[in-house]
Amino acid sequence: MSKQSDYLNDATILRELIMDHYQYPHNHKLVKDDRYLSRHMASESCIDDITVQTYIKDGIIKDIQFDGVACTISTASTSMMSDLLIGKTLAEAKVIVEEYFKMLDGKEYDEDILEEAIAFKNVYKQANRIKCASIGWNAIQEMIEEVEPKE
Amino acid sequence: MIDVKKIRQDFPMIINHPDLIYFDNGATTYKPKRVIDAILSFYENYTSNVERGDYPTAILADKAYHQTREKVAKLINSEAKEIAFLANDTAALNQIYYGIGKKYLKEGDVILTTKAEHASNLLPLYRLKDEKGVEIKYIDVDIEGNINLDSYKELMNESVKLVAIAMVTNVLGSIQPLKEIIQIAHKFNALVSIDAAQAIGHQPIDVKELDIDFMAFSSHKMCGPDGVGVLYGKYNLLESIEPILLGGGMNARYYSDGSIKLKKAPEVFEAGTPNIEGVIGLGEACEYLMDIGLENIHEYEKELRAYCLNKMKEIDSVIIYNETNDSGVITFNIKDIFAQDAAGYLAFHNIAVRSGNHCAKILHEVINSDQTIRASFYFYNTFEEIDKFIEVVKNITKESVIDIFF
Repeated sequence: MSKQSDYLNDATILRELIMDHYQYPHNHKLVKDDRYLSRHMASESCIDDITVQTYIKDGIIKDIQFDGVACTISTASTSMMSDLLIGKTLAEAKVIVEEYFKMLDGKEYDEDILEEAIAFKNVYKQANRIKCASIGWNAIQEMIEEVEPKE
Repeated sequence: MIDVKKIRQDFPMIINHPDLIYFDNGATTYKPKRVIDAILSFYENYTSNVERGDYPTAILADKAYHQTREKVAKLINSEAKEIAFLANDTAALNQIYYGIGKKYLKEGDVILTTKAEHASNLLPLYRLKDEKGVEIKYIDVDIEGNINLDSYKELMNESVKLVAIAMVTNVLGSIQPLKEIIQIAHKFNALVSIDAAQAIGHQPIDVKELDIDFMAFSSHKMCGPDGVGVLYGKYNLLESIEPILLGGGMNARYYSDGSIKLKKAPEVFEAGTPNIEGVIGLGEACEYLMDIGLENIHEYEKELRAYCLNKMKEIDSVIIYNETNDSGVITFNIKDIFAQDAAGYLAFHNIAVRSGNHCAKILHEVINSDQTIRASFYFYNTFEEIDKFIEVVKNITKESVIDIFF
């Protein structure tokens, strides 16, 4: 069985987590700071339009912020992503992002490493929403890849 | 009268998906079996290129291809030679605006359009603005997308050379008062180009009576196959504009000194091997729709709309953006719920609608919402489907749109 805390096996709690992150998203304030990288993610196929920023120093994700107009799944998944990756090394973050995308693809994944983000474990069953759950994660992945060679 | 039970038997998609409620007809329509069969028959019985062969199957293909011009002409009351087949509505609109721009527009001329247009009916105009220095002015539309005729009259003067609008707007289904708009435009010698993508196949269109100069629409939104757009132009005007594409099938002669003698309209707009199967399928779709009757279709859609609208108005959480028009489109939101979340919930319950900005990305300046849900009906939809839709809409809440993931 999973090492995951039992509470994360409870669908009611996962549902509440999504709702909570949607209504009160964490790290939901863009900053004006040249040290931050920024990605504007405007989905071509839907209305989601968010900007994700990150401050990466010495191989560590010091901060992530985001804002924009987005659906429940986009907003909550980006909010959880920010909680999960702030403070992680780039190497750790990359593994988490990879495992998250495996989950969205409906493949085997390491659920312990994803913590609350396993709330999106069933999104793969609704193909039209996978992009919603990906948008913020794509942004951070792109920025990690951009900064990695320099770090 | 529409015998919807019988009509539903004509559509393999309905037979194969009896539980899917398809309210996304503004995006594309289902194809009746006879359209699919016409396409199959071309490949199984008389595959050939058109305009070229002397052998019997080529003559059959040629005949079927050209008969579609007559069928489309009958559908919109034009001459067959006023109909050209392009890749889609967008290609037809681009051809129209390229041709008009080159032939009729100069710097400082004015084009009138609206903010309720689809991207296809605006971006080619923006290019004319860039390349020719023409000015684009927006006729006021009300919050339901209907053109304000007073605003139109105010903007109209001798410098207006083109009025480019949709007959039925794609987000709100507003049916524009074309007759009056065109009469006024012609008084000032302005050309009128109509995007009929959302109108064709839903209501009778008579280009002669309306006195339309140019018009475009696509086959796939009227029960025909994808990949065919119709370009209509009054023949003297159609003849007067230059084709975008040059190549085979559209030239009569060319010489090594670079001189080209082009074919006449409409062939001159059909460079390269056309989408023959698609054109043949479109011909069959025209006949199918005329058999049912465009007036019947329009009346039935109005009934569906009124029935659905009344039920939606009883639901407190529903915001409707287009209460008053006569098209089969209802544009709405659920209070405080992101359109895609609501559309996702409907999809989970086997109801197909569209959410987003519907390719009309400046309409938000008019309706104060940059995202909506659009339910668009067609003559094969039923009152029972609407009942089911209403029950699902009632259950859309902040919580329920997340529940579908557990």
